[in-house]
Amino acid sequence: MKKSTLSKAQRRERTRIVSALVIYLVLVIGEHVLDRMGMLNGILANQWIQMIPYLVPYFIVGGSVVKNALIGIRHLQMFDESFLMFLATIGAFAVGENSEACAVMLFYQVGEFFQDYAVNKSRGSIKDLMEIAPEYANLLHEDGSIETIDPDDVEIGNILVIRPGEKIPVDGVVEEGESLVNTAALTGESVPRTVRKNDEILSGCVNGEGTLRIRASKEYEDSTVSRILEMVEDATSKKSRTENFITRFARWYTPIVVFGALALAIIPSIVVGHPLTWIYRACTFLVISCPCALVLAVPLSFFGGIGAASREGVLVKGSNYLELMSQLDTVVSDKTGTLTKGEFTVTKVVPANNASEADVLRTAAAAEGLSTHPIAVSIRRAAGKAGKAGAVTGYESVENVSGRGLLAKTENGLVAVGNAKMMREQNIAFTEESDDASTIVYVARDGKYLGAIFISDTVKEEAADAIADMKRAGVRQVVMLTGDREAVGQAVGSRLGIDTTCAELLPDGKVAKVEELLQQESGTKRKLAFIGDGINDAPVLARADVGIAMGSLGSDAAIEAADIVIMDDKLKRIPLVIRIARKTVAIANENIVFAIGVKLLILALGAVGLAGMWAAVFADVGVAMICIINSMRMLNRNSFRL
Amino acid sequence: MKKRFKIEVDCANCAAKMEEAVKKIDGVSDANVNFMTQKMKIEADDGRFDAIMDEVEKACKKVEPDCQIFR
Repeated sequence: MKKSTLSKAQRRERTRIVSALVIYLVLVIGEHVLDRMGMLNGILANQWIQMIPYLVPYFIVGGSVVKNALIGIRHLQMFDESFLMFLATIGAFAVGENSEACAVMLFYQVGEFFQDYAVNKSRGSIKDLMEIAPEYANLLHEDGSIETIDPDDVEIGNILVIRPGEKIPVDGVVEEGESLVNTAALTGESVPRTVRKNDEILSGCVNGEGTLRIRASKEYEDSTVSRILEMVEDATSKKSRTENFITRFARWYTPIVVFGALALAIIPSIVVGHPLTWIYRACTFLVISCPCALVLAVPLSFFGGIGAASREGVLVKGSNYLELMSQLDTVVSDKTGTLTKGEFTVTKVVPANNASEADVLRTAAAAEGLSTHPIAVSIRRAAGKAGKAGAVTGYESVENVSGRGLLAKTENGLVAVGNAKMMREQNIAFTEESDDASTIVYVARDGKYLGAIFISDTVKEEAADAIADMKRAGVRQVVMLTGDREAVGQAVGSRLGIDTTCAELLPDGKVAKVEELLQQESGTKRKLAFIGDGINDAPVLARADVGIAMGSLGSDAAIEAADIVIMDDKLKRIPLVIRIARKTVAIANENIVFAIGVKLLILALGAVGLAGMWAAVFADVGVAMICIINSMRMLNRNSFRL
Repeated sequence: MKKRFKIEVDCANCAAKMEEAVKKIDGVSDANVNFMTQKMKIEADDGRFDAIMDEVEKACKKVEPDCQIFR
């Protein structure tokens, strides 16, 4: 089914405009012909009688405006757009500019029509970007029958069937089936993700080729998709400073121009005479005084910006945050889980005494046994990769030496795994290694030193690029905060191109540090953003000008605390958002300057009689149209991607 | 109580004026009229919500006779 591009009301409006236009043209030509034949003044001598035929198209096209204007007068809404247009055209009729009065109303309505159409179009195309709302759910009954229901009616525990190509209606767990799901609408990530039995699946993703059965774990209104939609819709309610400025401006602009019109009609008429000329000029003022183009221009740009960001998998929770992002100067980032993966990995093995790397790892893994300590887990993982299945055997008994490591009796002998202190206490001859960024574990068996294992939290591969890119996007300094050791912090910091590293900070130390940085920026236009994984940095997220939470899809706390949510955990989204923000603000400013500029210009020209009502109508609806088209540039992805 | 309504309003300035008018109504603690998404959010006293909504509608019609609120 193809959606009609025009609504019923719009089609009616179109008919009205076209019929009024035809009648208007007939009248203009008729008047011209009669005039040529010299009969005009004979038949229709009186100006008021000449006016009557023009009232027909005037009321056809402008009837609704007149009606609203009259209602407005009753309610004392003197600065209402309809009222102003009504007054301006009545004024034009009064000074005998019949055809112009009618044409202005016609042109105004044509403009409104296109403006309405364009706003709807843009609203539609931005909404399409966020088109993640599921329309239905397939509920599987116990008898095997399938019923199509509204996603709102799904209850927790219901089994739902997801056919290929369908949207996942509510958050759930896969019960049966395997498929690739496309999470692009949520995360902006175009590579589909594989889901199998017992995997969690988020609403709003699109199912690939396989059929899935899922068990609903949340109701629709608590599911990811409806929370995201609600947030994006609320986002444009949090107004940017630019928008508040323009709303305030509009509140003053209209009355001032209207009083200007009044003054223009009265004062020069008394001083220099020719009242009709001045009344006509005052009428052009009234047309220009309509503020809609101005008020529309800014929210439309921000709506476009927020839409563009959500297409990239970034939720911006308010226009104001987008505006702040455009002035971003300092980025403060947490280390673990944000710049690093937050999991320990064996980065290097240095064997000694003819032992092989695999030997070192396997021996250590055997001793670590079933320990859940992150270091043990990383060694076991590395040992598993290093080889030969079955090589990792368990221990017979193990002794934990606090602050040192452990001693385990295994099939292959007594194994000591631990730090340098452990080796010295066991009187094992070993080579002491040093690496600032790593934790080093020494391994020995039956008193013989086998080698050292270097373990560190791995840095995200894209982090260095993302930081360089942030700088290209205009960020002046990047600060890293970490609770880790100074040496580890400095090593990661210098590897990633971080300007300042603050290590060994407790959680409230992080808040204090951010406060200190904010202090330096206060009073300037430079803003500070904090990036965290949202797990235990909520206070810092809240304190920064803009709090950015990473990789937090599905984490309620992070979505609550942050101002901007990056749905996957890709750091490269941050420079992208900065660019989107800058472009949004640039477009909003262009629109403001253009709209105010044209209005003031036409006001000035109108006052001296160089711009007629036609130009005035352009300054109103024409400018609005151009602003809309300008805002639509936000939808062009290439303009802010590198 | 916070509630969200779909609305129809054609001009951005009218939406701003509607918001202003609605905020002044007694019993409304917060209001937001969003022109872009065509939604209105009202936060008002629980007990009198319906009565308040009648007033909201009246106030909006006063500002912009063509507007519609879908309740």
